[in-house]
Amino acid sequence: MTAVIEFKDFSFIYEGEKEAAVKHISFSVEKGDILLIAGISGSGKSTILRAMNGLIPHMYNGVYEGEVLIEGKSVLDTPMNELSRSIGFVFQNPENQIFAFSVERDVAFGLENQGFSSEEIRERVAWATGMLGISDLRKMAPFELSDGQKQRTAIAGVLALKPNILILDEPTSLLDPLTAKETLALISDLNKELGLTCIIVEHRLELAAPIANKMLVISKGEVRNFGRLKDVIVDPVIYLSGISIPPLIELQKALGIDDVRLTIDSFIREIVHR
Amino acid sequence: MIEYKNVTFRHKSGTVALKEINLKIGEGELLAIVGTNGAGKTTLIRHLNGLLKPSSGNVYVFGIDTKKATVSTLSKRVGMVFQNSDHQLFSNTVEEEITFGLKNFGYDYVKAKERAETMMRFFGLTALKDRAPLTLSGGEKKRVCMAAVLAWEPEVLVLDEPTVGQDFINKKKLYQAIVETNAAGRTVIIVTHDVEFIWPLQPRILVMSSGRIVRDGRASDIFVDEGLLRSANLIMPQLAEISNRIGMAPAALDINQLLEVKDNWLRI
Repeated sequence: MTAVIEFKDFSFIYEGEKEAAVKHISFSVEKGDILLIAGISGSGKSTILRAMNGLIPHMYNGVYEGEVLIEGKSVLDTPMNELSRSIGFVFQNPENQIFAFSVERDVAFGLENQGFSSEEIRERVAWATGMLGISDLRKMAPFELSDGQKQRTAIAGVLALKPNILILDEPTSLLDPLTAKETLALISDLNKELGLTCIIVEHRLELAAPIANKMLVISKGEVRNFGRLKDVIVDPVIYLSGISIPPLIELQKALGIDDVRLTIDSFIREIVHR
Repeated sequence: MIEYKNVTFRHKSGTVALKEINLKIGEGELLAIVGTNGAGKTTLIRHLNGLLKPSSGNVYVFGIDTKKATVSTLSKRVGMVFQNSDHQLFSNTVEEEITFGLKNFGYDYVKAKERAETMMRFFGLTALKDRAPLTLSGGEKKRVCMAAVLAWEPEVLVLDEPTVGQDFINKKKLYQAIVETNAAGRTVIIVTHDVEFIWPLQPRILVMSSGRIVRDGRASDIFVDEGLLRSANLIMPQLAEISNRIGMAPAALDINQLLEVKDNWLRI
């Protein structure tokens, strides 16, 4: 497999700071992976995301060491607009992302910017709004939307660009649980159907773990563990990094089950009733 | 102690956000309000300190009709932590933010400073005390708001989506703060989507939908009702679901309760 994202001994010190925000970060993500990044506030998660989409070093100054490669190209040498063709970024707070006069204008914004034909724009807006379940909100103004609807609008706008890599920074923190679960299920579908590589930062592991296959644990700017999610999620280092694991996983750990099941369905089917 | 009598609230645009709400909340209760985005949860709690006044009907807080009281009199007794911290923060430093309410509500300078220091230590804000609140991360801002409100120990504590953006350690502290506040006999009202967080607290639950209270009951009844949960866009807490699937009732509140009876359900 070829790595679509590769961090090679990457360290970064923000301008004016003494300490590195992240130190000696190395990991790689392959095409079609869903990587779950877990770490407490201030652990360096945002810095890693910024180093992927090029905000670091193109918008944030500082001391940059090592290398970050996106689809084989060094982020350092690749302009932001070129990176943005590969990478879609969904922010934690949709207020930072949506601003047009209607949902449909907002979803179309990125497409218009990239010069798609009006027919293609119509099609993609219909597809993306449909995927996020906001088709009937298309004429509404963002201020009329609930926070959850705003986040879905923001995700639709990014999805419409059909990026190869989708980065989601706590995408569900403002959604109600069922919508959050459905949104993550949708991301999983997109991953399967389109081979879309996804990077998700999410505190609620009970929702995100079932859809991810890789996991990166970061604490104090350093990688504590990285690998197959099923292996990483049971590593005690996770507690030391301040992350809580879902009751389902805790229960299986207490029962001494090595190959943990990530959904209650598979746990009941394969462990309880076997 | 708190009573909503036939409360209807209409926005200026004409949208009805609350429809004929009748609700009593007793002293020392622990209450969680759940429901889809836009169900009216935030509108409901904003009536508690007079930020919103009913279009018709009345809200009584400690016997005071909120229509006849100012926000500042009510705020001393009803401390509210908003969903969006930016609406709450206004001081130049974290420390000032936390001491502001205390001084306003009559604490002397030394006492206010002491109390603020305790709160900052508890919420891990000491290192940030000279920072401007609006330059902090979302999670940090929320903790500043929480510390500022908890500092003066209001009789009623209202938290709107307190766990959003909080990691494990801070959620645990928040959990502890809620338990302690409630154990001290004070009323705690939480608006949240975070079912895993509130499950072990076993609060009284109000389920809201389209401006109405559609269910009012115990967590142990409501969080195992699949149809009801789906209609409110909620999912079952994992411990409730596992308990349900293995036929354990009442549902386990922690994994130890499941492990104690594992011979009954685990067939390895």
